[in-house]
Amino acid sequence: MRWLILALALFAGPAQAVQPDEVLADPVLEARARELSQGLRCLVCRNENIDESNADLARDLRLLVRERLVAGDSDREVIAYLVDRYGEYVLLKPTATGENLVLWIAGPAMLLVALLSAAAYLRRRRSAPDAAPAPLSAEEQARLDEILKE
Amino acid sequence: MLSRMFVEFGHFTLSLALMIAAFQAVVPLVGAQKGWRGWMAVAGPAATAQFLCIAISFAALTNAFVTSDFSLRLVVQNSHTLKPLLYKVSGVWGNHEGSMLLWVLILSGFGATAAWFGAALPERLRARVLSVQAMIGVAFLAFILFTSNPFLRLVEPPFDGQDLNPLLQDPGLAFHPPFLYLGYVGLSMAFSFAVAALIEGRVDAAWARWVRPWTLAAWMFLTVGIALGSWWAYYELGWGGFWFWDPVENASFMPWLVATALLHSAIVVEKREALKSWTILLAILAFGFSLIGTFIVRSGIITSVHAFANDPERGIFILAILAVFIGGALTLFAARAGSMEAKGVFGTVSRESALVLNNVLLSVAAFVVFVGTLWPLIAELAFGRKLSVGAPFFNQAFTPFMVMLALILPLGAILPWKRATLGRSARPLRGALALAIAFAALAFAVQTGRSALAPIGLALGVWIIAGAAAELWQRAGRQVPRLTRLPRADWGKAAAHSGLGITFIGIACLTAWDIEDIRVAKIGESFDVGGYEITLDGVERVEGPNFISTTATMRVTKDGREVALLHPEKRVYPVAAMPTTEAAIDNGVWRDLYLVIGDPQADGGWAVRTYVKPFANWIWAGAILMAFGGILSLSDRRYRVAAGARKMPAIAAPAE
Repeated sequence: MRWLILALALFAGPAQAVQPDEVLADPVLEARARELSQGLRCLVCRNENIDESNADLARDLRLLVRERLVAGDSDREVIAYLVDRYGEYVLLKPTATGENLVLWIAGPAMLLVALLSAAAYLRRRRSAPDAAPAPLSAEEQARLDEILKE
Repeated sequence: MLSRMFVEFGHFTLSLALMIAAFQAVVPLVGAQKGWRGWMAVAGPAATAQFLCIAISFAALTNAFVTSDFSLRLVVQNSHTLKPLLYKVSGVWGNHEGSMLLWVLILSGFGATAAWFGAALPERLRARVLSVQAMIGVAFLAFILFTSNPFLRLVEPPFDGQDLNPLLQDPGLAFHPPFLYLGYVGLSMAFSFAVAALIEGRVDAAWARWVRPWTLAAWMFLTVGIALGSWWAYYELGWGGFWFWDPVENASFMPWLVATALLHSAIVVEKREALKSWTILLAILAFGFSLIGTFIVRSGIITSVHAFANDPERGIFILAILAVFIGGALTLFAARAGSMEAKGVFGTVSRESALVLNNVLLSVAAFVVFVGTLWPLIAELAFGRKLSVGAPFFNQAFTPFMVMLALILPLGAILPWKRATLGRSARPLRGALALAIAFAALAFAVQTGRSALAPIGLALGVWIIAGAAAELWQRAGRQVPRLTRLPRADWGKAAAHSGLGITFIGIACLTAWDIEDIRVAKIGESFDVGGYEITLDGVERVEGPNFISTTATMRVTKDGREVALLHPEKRVYPVAAMPTTEAAIDNGVWRDLYLVIGDPQADGGWAVRTYVKPFANWIWAGAILMAFGGILSLSDRRYRVAAGARKMPAIAAPAE
């Protein structure tokens, strides 16, 4: 179904990203709108934010964001308004709540584990007896001679 | 019809390739186990034959596209008689079935190079490597023949085709997939070497030296492939974005990160006989990520779980391949890794330790990308939460790793092996550090009241580049004539590291200092963007070979002097009924001028978008320099020892 919408959106016409008629007169509000748009997902696109998307739905969302800003909403209120209507699917940066904590903690936790293992490995390497390399087999010795002669 | 017979023959040789691959997978492996030299010796000719069969098959399909043979369903769906020749050829891999054929062509090609240039490898290792390579071949040839056959016929051929997606009709994208596959699939060699070494139960410096050229080659291709894709997105999508953290992009980026880690850890195995089992694991994971990437892209599971559930055949097949190969290799690894004793002893402050840290950062960064890419899937399947993970997450979660990597890079690269003192080793880098701080201060002074992104990125980039230069200078004993006598590998290292620095500078400055202007302009009207005066001279309708274009003529001047005359276009491809934007870009070292023409407006004007993009080309120039560093390193004579040995059969003979 989503693919159908996407296909229709593409055929609908070459509207592209932010149009001149969408831009707000107040540069401060417009800057906030752009900033917010970059964190909001165009629901019918593949991983595209509404600021970059050419889809008609993205344009509707851009206009909606600007409407709320002009009405005096704070950034947080605009986001909440959109999440209310479209679900957390609209957020490109998932909230760090509930199960999503796993997503946010995965990187730092893995870094910690990796650093600890690396430290343990380095300690072993530092104190390991300096083992003499295993003597070469006859075959390897011949091979080595041949390489060195080159 | 000659073309049709060729197609039938190509279909036949593809089936033949499957049988040869099956033979090549079994016989040399048994031979290596039992010590039967005759059985081991068939691996080479079999690899060559398999490659030739697939090459004929690929040539047949290419011929069908070039001659527009519409009796083939694939040609109907992806080509058109009016399409320029280049895109008829690139149409071969611009679709699922054809690109899989390219995949196995490259796979067997890498196998064949191991047969042709691997004469110096020990007999058993070579037989086992070629056998494992052939196993992968069997899996993917079966995948093509049973789920994605490019040679399916139509009973009633139509008069013309449905055209290739117009977005794909572009020189940048025509060559993007072959490079990417050369990288993805090239990592299969590292995998085959790793599995062969596990079967053998032995990894040593020689093994690392043999596996390195193939890994390096795969990494170079992957670097160029990713850069081409990013460059294409930049100029084609109409607003100059260069990286989107799209699942498909991540699928190519994860193997790159792991392959980069692998290149560095293999150096430790080669020079110091340490990190052996970790290097084997990385070799397995690097190809594992290639397979995961293939799965993500081909199954469509990330774009839509439902689309996957409706047509799961291909996805399940690739998942099975993934499970068998990666699961099998990891099981083998668990059983055998313990026997790979590390030999080298080194202190905490040493090149070895720095490379361990490099590996920690690169692999955890790859892990972050992996979790972020799969999280929407996990969240939906496990918790019933439908959510997105996009660029803002990755920018925040991934960037710190790159910053840390950049900070330690010059220091780690200059540390001596075994044991070092930080203070003394770091002394040659004092100049680089001062330069980096100076540039950061300059950037901070020039930009007023903007984010710290550009100064930090600039400082890191300069630190890496100047650090690489300082290291070369140090290695040459601070004497100019000795610079030219340094081994190529040293130059390769410096070039690749500098390339990374240049890419960092490009990304940071472009992201921070990008100027954008969106407005309605009337014909003849001028406006000012970032110090440039831009005039819309006219808009006209132009007919291309297979598209209709609305072309604008725009003049850019600065201080009264003409800088560029640019022609941004909006195209419509009638066959595919799809519009595209063709931005007009004036490329420069310090900035790109990027113009886009939009829709006509009610009042007679045109929507016009203007961007000034500072340092944009540095991003891809850096990537090309990285790949060039790889070539330099590959051409170092130390890696050609094996090639040299082959020239002396008289001496080599008694050794065998």
